[in-house]
Amino acid sequence: MFPEQFNFHVAPYIKNFVDWLYLTCGSAFDAFTNSMLTLILNIDAVLLGVPWWVWIILVTLLAWRLTHNVVKTLLPGVLLFTIGMFGLWSIAMETLSLVIVSVFLALLLGIPAGIAMGVSDRVNTVFTPVLDAMQTMPSFVYLIPAMMLFGLGKVPGIVATFIYAVPPVQRLTNLGIRQVSASVQEAAIAFGATPWQLMREVRFPLALPSILAGVNQTTMMALSMVVICAMVAAGGLGEEVLLAVNRIDVGRGFEAGWAIVVLAIIIDRLSQGSVNKWEGPRS
Amino acid sequence: MESSPYLLEVERLWKVFLEKNSTLHMEDYLSGSDDVKGQVVAVRDVSFKLKQGEVYVIMGLSGSGKSTLIRCLLRLIEPDYGQVRVKGRDVTAMGLKELTEFRRTQAAMVFQHYGLLPHRTVLENVAFGLKLQGVKGKEREKRALEALEKVGLLKWTQHYPEHLSGGMQQRVGIARALVQNADLLLLDEPFSGLDPLIRREMQDELLRLQADLQKTMVFVTHDLNEALRLGDRMAVMNRGIFVQEGTPRDIVMNPVDEYVQRFVHDERQVALLTGEMAEARSKVSNVTPLISGKKGKIAAGGE
Repeated sequence: MFPEQFNFHVAPYIKNFVDWLYLTCGSAFDAFTNSMLTLILNIDAVLLGVPWWVWIILVTLLAWRLTHNVVKTLLPGVLLFTIGMFGLWSIAMETLSLVIVSVFLALLLGIPAGIAMGVSDRVNTVFTPVLDAMQTMPSFVYLIPAMMLFGLGKVPGIVATFIYAVPPVQRLTNLGIRQVSASVQEAAIAFGATPWQLMREVRFPLALPSILAGVNQTTMMALSMVVICAMVAAGGLGEEVLLAVNRIDVGRGFEAGWAIVVLAIIIDRLSQGSVNKWEGPRS
Repeated sequence: MESSPYLLEVERLWKVFLEKNSTLHMEDYLSGSDDVKGQVVAVRDVSFKLKQGEVYVIMGLSGSGKSTLIRCLLRLIEPDYGQVRVKGRDVTAMGLKELTEFRRTQAAMVFQHYGLLPHRTVLENVAFGLKLQGVKGKEREKRALEALEKVGLLKWTQHYPEHLSGGMQQRVGIARALVQNADLLLLDEPFSGLDPLIRREMQDELLRLQADLQKTMVFVTHDLNEALRLGDRMAVMNRGIFVQEGTPRDIVMNPVDEYVQRFVHDERQVALLTGEMAEARSKVSNVTPLISGKKGKIAAGGE
């Protein structure tokens, strides 16, 4: 047995810290919560404001542009139709708006942070263990403080999703920046590129395929968080799954799960299609 | 300011590569002490001067320090000691801003691995240096097209580099250097990656351009034939030092030591085998009698 006299807990300190944070910065957190909530509700309204058949047409057209393949073009539209068929349309849009906001935040912070990692070894050393922790720490652990600071509902869900979804895009941005061929960079420097020009004209554009792969991964990670987010009352398809689990309602659970998978497939195929389209003529 | 008759002056240039945790004491090297363990002297006390319009070839085997040397001239690799002056301006003393300006306007470089931007078209690649300088779109395109015409690539302006053969990619590299309008051209083994026929073609092309443009060139190569064809003067480099410097003719006639001898010998045998020497003869006609005179001796000493 581990000797008892060495027992020491950080738990009370962490609890005190979160309490302190809540008491002193409460109004700041409230302001953040409110603005996020407004944003997400607006996006939700836009998503629901567009009629369902317009969505299906849009997705089909986009798929056609990207694939030029009959099956791959029709499939996303048909899958989307099944969501509506199961009566989950507005719930799915609710989930989608949550994912959109989280991914937007993740890209907004993750891509610049990834670039910083790619440029500086020191930043890289600092961020790498943080990203490891973000990916392996069970999400419930940060869901608790997120709930305390941001209340119940969608906003703690966004925060938790953000934490879980940021690492892929940040890592792949870092990787992309680092993988840019040294001889191309050397030539650019020899022709008088400043560090900023080198980043804007050479490193960033050449890292873009890797960064877009990161965006795709981040979106997938965000979608996989919906059930956990539902536990803090973020709503959406996750809630349907939770309800079905509580009632041991296999059929209902399958329908909600199916809708999540459909969203994931559509987003994945369309975003990957755009990546390939972008890479197409150049590599 | 421009009192010197030389366009490029390199004086006592040193570059020492250090292993981790080792510190450089330049004074020790300058006073002639032995090399410190874990430090590699890539360029050792190299000096040379070039007049406007001269083609200077630096020849050596890989690892002889020639690529490091040419990079030191633009400070792509920072030299540890010595001076590089271009048109009387001390490049080694420049601040970052001045150095950037210098790289944009006074010198241009052609690389062995081309260093073209894969996500830009041929035209955009050639215009890249002008873009960095802030030249506007229309003007940029006009000047890039002029340079592409000089290297005969007008038909390929909208293609991406990967669609081009190695020789054509290097033509893009040359056009990109020409468009800078710099007097000094640095060429780091530009034709080494090309097959022999294309290499020959590119050498001719370069000679043709040079007759027209009269640039000052530093040309790095490991190929004696290339050196003979292109160089007004040349230096043979080994382990960071210039073992011999002079006209190509001097070097073939009077190799100073075994290293140069071997170089000249091996290359000459290849040249004789492939019959390329006839070409070299027509370029450096004075060399001919001596080469044929020495032939028997070399063959006897060879195998």
